Amino acid sequence: MIVFFQSLISGILVGGIYALIGIGLTIIFGVMRVINFAHGDLLMLGMYATWLLFKYLGLDPYVALVVTMPLLFLWGALLQKVIINRVLGALPQNQILLTIGLGLIMSNSVMLLFTSDYRILTTSYSSSSFSLLGISISQPLLYSFLVTVAITGVLFWFLQTTDTGQAIRATAQDRDAAQLMGINVKRMSVLAFGLGTALAGTAGALLAPTYYIFPQVGGPFTLKAFVVVVLGGMGSIVGATLGGVLIGVTESMAAVYVGSGLKELVVYVLFLLILLFRPAGLLGKSRA
Amino acid sequence: MLEISRLQFAYGDLQVLWGVDLSVQQGEIVTVVGANGAGKSTILRNCSRLVKAGTGAITFQGEDLAGLQSHEVVARGLVQVPEARRIFPEMTVVENLRMGSYLPATRPDRQRNMDRVFSLFPRLGERRKQLGGTMSGGEQQMLAIGRGLMANPKLLLLDEPSLGLSPLFVKNIFEIIKQINAQGTTILLVEQNVYQSLHISHRAYVLETGRVVLSGTGPELLENAHVKKAFLGI
Repeated sequence: MIVFFQSLISGILVGGIYALIGIGLTIIFGVMRVINFAHGDLLMLGMYATWLLFKYLGLDPYVALVVTMPLLFLWGALLQKVIINRVLGALPQNQILLTIGLGLIMSNSVMLLFTSDYRILTTSYSSSSFSLLGISISQPLLYSFLVTVAITGVLFWFLQTTDTGQAIRATAQDRDAAQLMGINVKRMSVLAFGLGTALAGTAGALLAPTYYIFPQVGGPFTLKAFVVVVLGGMGSIVGATLGGVLIGVTESMAAVYVGSGLKELVVYVLFLLILLFRPAGLLGKSRA
Repeated sequence: MLEISRLQFAYGDLQVLWGVDLSVQQGEIVTVVGANGAGKSTILRNCSRLVKAGTGAITFQGEDLAGLQSHEVVARGLVQVPEARRIFPEMTVVENLRMGSYLPATRPDRQRNMDRVFSLFPRLGERRKQLGGTMSGGEQQMLAIGRGLMANPKLLLLDEPSLGLSPLFVKNIFEIIKQINAQGTTILLVEQNVYQSLHISHRAYVLETGRVVLSGTGPELLENAHVKKAFLGI
């Protein structure tokens, strides 16, 4: 029983970070109907920014969030304004090629600058954990989870109650109607991509103390984000939150009860099963 | 107030408007009637700049709209209630109305405008927390018009407000349009319901395959032989 709860807790803690990655991707998709295949690479940029700040300024990764989040937001907003806004009306395959290309440019630029060596960011608490009712909880993962919960909470508040947040939701629900409300949908797109990038970067920062940092780290996360978002329902933020935690818990349970080499297999089988019975995802609405 | 001259427009190779001239004076209800596919909605979509600009000129209060984007047109007081209502389905009645007054210039009037909408449409006041997508067609139409009013429109463009509503509701909607006009909002209405819309209009245009074939006052057109034959089945 203790093993069960142990893997449940670990799964939820990791799932929170998956949720953060997924929420970023789903906001971008919801507002622009563009699938951002550079998402994992943006996460990688967040990791490197955190690592650099730690290495050269000695900033704690969690404190560094006050720098990395705005930085990544601006970077995402810039990408949207200068590049992605141009392909909003274009064919989906062109949009996909563009975001994949952007991802490749980012990962290869980082490789050029910092080589492809694996970096690790070791804080005093990187490998420490504490015990609660017999369950061991990793300290950095717990911190990361708490930050995730706080950020998700603020994000929900922003989207639900502020005029700008509601305008982002309105743009996602009906782009033409939003324009007729006087909403500048191009600006909302810039804001959405900035937000999505900041969330991906934050996830990267939160993973930095417990994960290897290297230029190609993003790829698997792009795939994972995509699975989380499709599972929850494309464009649904609550769905992405749920999907993230579900994937995290499934992975962690599968690692214990099936075998750690097979955990990915279990995740994707579950993914296929859910899509078989709910093709639009857990909270998605099928478009008739 | 609104002047449209020699407006031509094509969706790709499909020419929809062949040089439309149309004007709306302050205080009027002007209606464009015509069959499905005549190009009525396309005129409104041009005014709101939801489509790439056609040739010809559209001026609103003396200003050429050519260089403006949709949200800038709204800021000028030219507000459209689109065809098929286009309510934000995952937002509540109140949130939909709030979006109507998204522009900073209209936010100070938000509460007053919302009270006005609820007095025009008491049904909306009873359903403030209901999601737009779960409402009936008639309720959605009320919400769409209410949402348009939140933007302090000088000229309200209404695209087929009677579409898909029950006969009882249709009558109700036209009454409300008259009432909104009487309270000082100029209205450009696009309708397939020729009889009802001509009844409430000061002036009207008959559009056939992208051309204005007739224009006149509402009562004149109601008596016109061509209108009777083509639209009223008399």
